[in-house]
Amino acid sequence: MSGLAFGRRVAALPCARLAGAGLLLLLLGFGLVGPWLIEADPARQDLMASLAPPGARFLLGADHLGRSMLARLAHAVRLSFLLSGLTVAAAGLLGTALGLLAAWEGGWLDRGLSLLSDTVLALPGLLLVLLVIAFAPGQILPLAGGIALALWVEFFRVTRAQARSLLARPHVEAARLLGFGRAYILGHLILPELAPILFTLAGFGIGGVILTVATLSFISIGLKPPTAELGGMTSEMLPYLAEAPFQALLPSLFVALAVLACHLLAGGRPR
Amino acid sequence: MGGNAWRVLRPLLSRLGQAGLVALLVGCIGFALMHALPGDQAFRLAAERYGPDIVDARAAAAMRAELGLDRPLALQLLEWLGRVVRLDLGRSLVTGEPVIQELRVQLGYTALLAGMALPLSALIGLPLGIAAGLWRGRWPDHAVLSLAVLLRAVPAYALGLALMVLLSVRLRWLPPGGFEGWAELVLPSLTLALGLAAVSSRVARESVAAVAASPVLAFARWKGLSERDAVRRHGLRNAAIPVLAVLGLQLIGLVEGILIVETLFGWPGIGHALVHAIFARDVPLVQGTALIMGLGVVLLNAAVDLACLLIDPRRGRQAA
Repeated sequence: MSGLAFGRRVAALPCARLAGAGLLLLLLGFGLVGPWLIEADPARQDLMASLAPPGARFLLGADHLGRSMLARLAHAVRLSFLLSGLTVAAAGLLGTALGLLAAWEGGWLDRGLSLLSDTVLALPGLLLVLLVIAFAPGQILPLAGGIALALWVEFFRVTRAQARSLLARPHVEAARLLGFGRAYILGHLILPELAPILFTLAGFGIGGVILTVATLSFISIGLKPPTAELGGMTSEMLPYLAEAPFQALLPSLFVALAVLACHLLAGGRPR
Repeated sequence: MGGNAWRVLRPLLSRLGQAGLVALLVGCIGFALMHALPGDQAFRLAAERYGPDIVDARAAAAMRAELGLDRPLALQLLEWLGRVVRLDLGRSLVTGEPVIQELRVQLGYTALLAGMALPLSALIGLPLGIAAGLWRGRWPDHAVLSLAVLLRAVPAYALGLALMVLLSVRLRWLPPGGFEGWAELVLPSLTLALGLAAVSSRVARESVAAVAASPVLAFARWKGLSERDAVRRHGLRNAAIPVLAVLGLQLIGLVEGILIVETLFGWPGIGHALVHAIFARDVPLVQGTALIMGLGVVLLNAAVDLACLLIDPRRGRQAA
């Protein structure tokens, strides 16, 4: 993913962080408030309105089964953000905790964890996710678990490398000699210094997970229909691509906007 | 000199270790997959091979004996890993063909697609990146960067679909899928190449910008070389080093892209096979395709390591 190097480049765009935050707020608002405000049931079919163009009844049109695109999109956006947020939180907590542990303890624990991370890194991430999904295609748990399994390594490696150099700094050594506990040192001296880079990793991570979930659902091994999912919606509409390209590609626009918002927010220079 | 051989050998040995880790990881997951499948394995496998109507206890027993499913787990795992290491990948549960046979056919198609996409991505990404690096901070730089940021946000399948709608549905220039001739190769490789170019243009821009600001180039200009000669003789080789090194990272992107693009366009390569093997729960084929893709990345990375040594002799000397 090499999110960090990419982040340094995004920072060159003017107002990247502001634009990202604005876009993200809009999307989050749509995903979190939308399902409450929009009264239409995302699963309600109206076969007479199949592939209805955007209009008074269906603001963003209807899909092949006459379901409201607007309602389905709102639910799908909520699902995407929830799933990616939870997955990244789990992977980030695990990776950061293990990274701190490896940096603090050193020795065989450090070597063992590093070997484990090297093993996971040896395979391209998506390949690992696919292998885990193969246990139960179409279910949410292997999907999230597989992604988290591929994702924690990034947090682990960055945390470990940074924490090692931080732990060798004079002020941290002084704190250790003065007898401050492990929890205090990690919580007050190490983590605050790590926070910005972890934030960047998490931002790119969320964008990456949204992309991965949509992609896997598109190739029908992520989440199954009738769940409204951004990639799955495009996949369901694929036979009608020629008649209704708008409805088929609209969910992908939301994926792109969500990923863009995450990248801009995570990569932009703080102002 | 011994040191000379060592500087070539050391990266290769570490790649060899990586290959071992890939085989171990994929092998263990493959074994676990085999045992995690629901129901009696022997019955299910027999049903897949002979059709669900003809399967009885006798066919299942024959299947159990054929695949050795009644022995202790640890023994089966060891034997399984031993076979994986020897690249004896067994037979597909669906077609009954040896997996290695199927892989050979699919790998050819995938290599064709990757072989088209990589040069195409270089053709798109490098000139844009070099232009951005030479005019850094001005409008070409911002334009290329914005384009790359946008391209990275668009899912590969949507990019492919948009190209499909535009080039084959609306304009009717190209076939939307299949694998009959060269025309079918254009859309998938273009989709792959655009995704890769988003990364390579950025790396090229960074490294050209770094070299353009370096004393090496300033000296070349100062001693009277024309701008063109200075860039060609002193700029490009120095700028090529990071671009080449990042090619290794790009290979990971290539594998992920291949999984998506092959599935989208129905290209009969290894990524398409993996996705369909997951549907069909054809574990030997899942394992085989994942193993070959993982090992392929390691192998190509080893080649990139060697190429980096070749183009930048300083690197080996520093390491030794």
